[in-house]
Amino acid sequence: MYPDIYPMLWTLFITFFKIGAFTFGSGYAMIPIIEAEVVEKKGWFDKDEFMNQFVLAQSAPGPFALNTAVFVGYKMRGVAGAVASVLGVVLPSFIILLLIAMYLSGFRTNPYVAAALQGMRPAVVALIAVPFVNFLRRMNWWQVALSIAVALVIWLLGVSPVYFIFGGGIVGVIWALYRK
Amino acid sequence: MIYLQLFLSYLKIGFFGFGGGYAMLSLIQNEIVVQNGWLTANELADIIAVSQMTPGPIAINCATYVGYMVTGNIWGSILATGAVSLPPLTIMLLITRYYFKLKENRIMKGALDMMKPMIVGMMGAAALLLCNRETFVDWSAIAIFVVSFVAVYKKFNPILLLVISAAAGLILYL
Repeated sequence: MYPDIYPMLWTLFITFFKIGAFTFGSGYAMIPIIEAEVVEKKGWFDKDEFMNQFVLAQSAPGPFALNTAVFVGYKMRGVAGAVASVLGVVLPSFIILLLIAMYLSGFRTNPYVAAALQGMRPAVVALIAVPFVNFLRRMNWWQVALSIAVALVIWLLGVSPVYFIFGGGIVGVIWALYRK
Repeated sequence: MIYLQLFLSYLKIGFFGFGGGYAMLSLIQNEIVVQNGWLTANELADIIAVSQMTPGPIAINCATYVGYMVTGNIWGSILATGAVSLPPLTIMLLITRYYFKLKENRIMKGALDMMKPMIVGMMGAAALLLCNRETFVDWSAIAIFVVSFVAVYKKFNPILLLVISAAAGLILYL
């Protein structure tokens, strides 16, 4: 049931540990990191499946990083793989925040932290904008038009994305049945 | 029994956390501040600020921090972090299982095809929402964005890019 490559649970753990340790700002900013680690370096996914996993991870509750870890881990090694990947992605958060809670009460107002984060913010926008552009380039014209419309409606009107996800799913199912 | 309550609260937060970290915040606020009174609104706001400044999902970061603050020890952290991860882990496992079973199913494909533009649109919105004065404080920030955009596009190592941009921030803004 698993693909030809059998990554060790340890490899899954370490890969997602890296992803967890470098996801700043928004879960979306991890897409280039996942693509680099999981699609290009390891070849665990092709681009189409990566896109499908992106849709599934976003439509389930919970953090995008965690959902992605489950999907990739399960694909490679079943439930054990999913658990190893989730542990990997959660552990950096856990260690860092625990250390801050225990010892670094001045973290929030530390000027070094603030300066480093200020430098990272524009890079994080780029880490989201590039996959956005790449996804657009892989879609047909009506999907591109719809994507841009959804982006503008959420951005300008502040509508909750949840409606779009489920609305899209329902319309897709109806359309598939209708075309039969 | 504060541990049990903490566990149940975070289980609930994990369950209803659709739509990413920010959607979860009001739920967290309700459980931690309003229902149980474990922290004040200001304390929680500080914790959320730190959760946004540190790597990893906000919900997980926040759970670790709140768990420690509420119980005063590491077990609270472990419990809250585990509880907030458990529902998404379970639900996503089920979804993934069915995805691999139904991958070639026409209806499944139809749903995914229609959901793609929605999800990509959400991503575009996330990028646009970050294009504010807090991000683009000056021309050097715009320069960092342009250089980063080209770098990511050319498949430059994203982790290295984050390290370099943090170093640039230390040089520019300290």
